Amino acid sequence: MIIDLEKFLASERPFWTELERVLERLANDPYHRPDLAAVQRFHYLYERAAADLGKLTTFASEPDTRRYLEALVARAYGEIHETRDQQHRFAPLKWFFHTFPQTFRRHARAFHFTVLITIAGCLFGGFATWLDPDSRHVTMPFGHDQIKPSERVRREEAGERDHLAGHKASFSTMLMTHNTQVSITTLALGMTWAVGTIIALFYNGVILGAICVDYLADGQGKFLAGWLLPHGSIEIPAILIAGQAGLVLGRALIGWGKRTPLRARMRAISPDLVTLISGVAVMLVWAGFIEAFFSQYHEPVLPYWVKIGFGLVEVVLLTVFLSRSGRETKMTNDE
Amino acid sequence: MSLTKTSTLQIRTPEGIAFSLLLAGPVTRFLAWLVDVGIVIAATVLINSVAGILGVLSPDFAQALAVLLFFGLQIGYGIGAEWWWRGQTVGKRLLRLQVMDAAGLRLHFSQIVIRNLLRFVDGLPAFYLVGGLACLISKRAQRLGDLAANTIVIRNPKVAQPDLDQLLAGKFNSLREHPHLEARLRQRVSPGEAAVALQALVRRDDLEPAARVELFAELAAHFKSLVEFPAESIEGIADEQYVRNVVDLLFRPRREKTDREEAGRKEAQETQKT
Repeated sequence: MIIDLEKFLASERPFWTELERVLERLANDPYHRPDLAAVQRFHYLYERAAADLGKLTTFASEPDTRRYLEALVARAYGEIHETRDQQHRFAPLKWFFHTFPQTFRRHARAFHFTVLITIAGCLFGGFATWLDPDSRHVTMPFGHDQIKPSERVRREEAGERDHLAGHKASFSTMLMTHNTQVSITTLALGMTWAVGTIIALFYNGVILGAICVDYLADGQGKFLAGWLLPHGSIEIPAILIAGQAGLVLGRALIGWGKRTPLRARMRAISPDLVTLISGVAVMLVWAGFIEAFFSQYHEPVLPYWVKIGFGLVEVVLLTVFLSRSGRETKMTNDE
Repeated sequence: MSLTKTSTLQIRTPEGIAFSLLLAGPVTRFLAWLVDVGIVIAATVLINSVAGILGVLSPDFAQALAVLLFFGLQIGYGIGAEWWWRGQTVGKRLLRLQVMDAAGLRLHFSQIVIRNLLRFVDGLPAFYLVGGLACLISKRAQRLGDLAANTIVIRNPKVAQPDLDQLLAGKFNSLREHPHLEARLRQRVSPGEAAVALQALVRRDDLEPAARVELFAELAAHFKSLVEFPAESIEGIADEQYVRNVVDLLFRPRREKTDREEAGRKEAQETQKT
């Protein structure tokens, strides 16, 4: 019980000011690591402010002081009771070569599932095109249904003019932003218990399967491989990883076989989701450049074996990167 | 942690201290979003103007830059602003909203990224219909992005305090003559009782005369039962004036009075000299 309120306020205020200073410092420099003595002092100040608030709550007077103290205790509570790992200073190389592939491998089952869904979509799209060539008007976007593959190859190989001349940079950024948007949507659709993510992946597979069968049926397999492999070897896995993130999100939402509450499940996966989608964005930047500046050139400007070889090298490197990179570091749950 | 029907999230710390956070509703959040959309549109116009100037040098590069900047702005505005301003964008600052961790803990960067990336789903099919519905259904007024990121949006309304100086001005308070009783009164009156007395004074002109007399008589009797002041101090004081004096003691700290007294004493000394 407070006997003399004024004396109480006068004696306690320095401790509140000190606590406020500590909180300000922590907020301004998230990477600040106080020593043990400073942590103990911080804890003492928090407990003292909490006790003061408890005493003051019963008082009718000093509503402003009560509100101030309430906000102070709330801020300190957020810092003291935070059990998640402190945010480390961002190291881009370490993140890309360690954290990203490690996170990918941690959720490998979800990735395998995205591959299966996409293959199912490919088979469906391919089968639909083979069975009913007119279905290409439904399954193929971006005007691919408007021209026969052999006609397109004839025009591209004629090389009368560079149809992307003067537009390469804008075309490249358009591809990057569009694909990143598609990836984010695929991830975000995980909130539909992953049903939306599965549909998006299946639809992507349908498009891919339809185009592949269309070109193969027209005898343009070499052109198709030379056209798709250089950028597709990165772009398609990127979309699959976005789908992987969506499935991880959907799984956490459903919580099969887990006793932890929804909030704990979401809290556990949120760093992984950000890592996966950021990795996808990096991959799509690369794919955008390749698609605009490399994939769109065909024979006689660029031999097909160069393009196919380049694409295959990318596939191998990506596989090695995702399966091996960062293996020497011990994997922990909080990464 | 508990939720009440008044859209308030109550957090109780292990130390037994409880504090409540006012949850923001879908309408306020929508208004904040409109402000942010306006800012993004204004920034887009600026980007296009800059791209137009750069287009003289290289139209392709200028267009690429414009596409890239617009995309970065669209995705990065919310993330950047909420990280920089600890859970606030310009719209949220204007409407006094703030994103917080659902458990009152420190807001992490990954939470901000997720809640902003999931806008793509919340925005479906248009004008945040999905997000708005989720907000209405959710106990914590969370849209899907908030659910995934474990965040809530709280409201920090500016509490307009009645002008006590105007309300209590020009009246001598005889109760101030007894500091020990004043301290006892401060101890015994609960925050709720004090708020009732203050509101009664603020709204006194809205009351019917009979009801006004009855209300202040009841309040005065209650406060008199809590602390008994000497008869000479309360003699001839109407019930309403008594309540006013009590409110003066409760809401205006004594140090203000002593400052005023000090100033008054100085002024009196000066007038005596002249």
